[in-house]
Amino acid sequence: MAIEVRIPTILRSYTGGAKTVEGSGDTIADLLNDLDSRHAGIKDRLITGEGGLHRFVNVYINDEDVRFLGALDAKLNDGDSVTILPAVAGGAFAFAAAHALRG
Amino acid sequence: MLTIDAAILDAIVAHARRDHPDEACGIVAGPAGSDRPERHVPMENAARSMTFYEFDSKEQLKLWREMDDADEEPVVVYHSHTATEAYPSRTDVSFAGEPGAHYLLVSTRDPELTEVRSFRIVDGAVTEEPVQVVNAVVDPNAVQKYLFGQSPATVDYECRTGN
Repeated sequence: MAIEVRIPTILRSYTGGAKTVEGSGDTIADLLNDLDSRHAGIKDRLITGEGGLHRFVNVYINDEDVRFLGALDAKLNDGDSVTILPAVAGGAFAFAAAHALRG
Repeated sequence: MLTIDAAILDAIVAHARRDHPDEACGIVAGPAGSDRPERHVPMENAARSMTFYEFDSKEQLKLWREMDDADEEPVVVYHSHTATEAYPSRTDVSFAGEPGAHYLLVSTRDPELTEVRSFRIVDGAVTEEPVQVVNAVVDPNAVQKYLFGQSPATVDYECRTGN
């Protein structure tokens, strides 16, 4: 099952500079494992030590943020397009969690 | 160095003042690879907070696709600090995900003096850079004052003194 994955600038060092790669999987978690088998290290940039999606990464299936679709359990269908974007966030309040989350 | 048109900088500062005391945020898009910030896009602060900002994730996807289709990139990513200096916080550094962008910070803590500073944030390292304002028109009635802080080695002040 072919899924097109759009890679943000900050993660293209893992894909040899490619903006788009192909992957497969029934869920986002499967897809990330599949991507990591060919682009080693990319998964660790997206998933925390506790096994959840990083707070500062947005992952979309087509037009929908996966946080509203079951996060890592979100189901994928053949032909879906997955987009990964770094969340644009920050602010004056230096909460410890943000720092601790840094991959 | 960040080179930015005075009209765009004025619009960014106006956005920051308008949303004060909440943090304001947005981008200036430009042709990919050009380093020219040309299209100002103010964004909603989905966090609506005085100490945190976050783009709405759907609005961000729409804008990033739009830029992709137009062969643009986010040349400037800006936000305001409303009670502290215009310097990236640890949170800003943790979240900074656009290594090619100029991170512009505007401090609105002083109602009359606006601090504007620009940074590169790459792999957790913050480097301040000069800001060059182009096409500035001297307005003798200006009430807005700008303070540009830069690293001492590369001072390129373009201070605008109002009354």
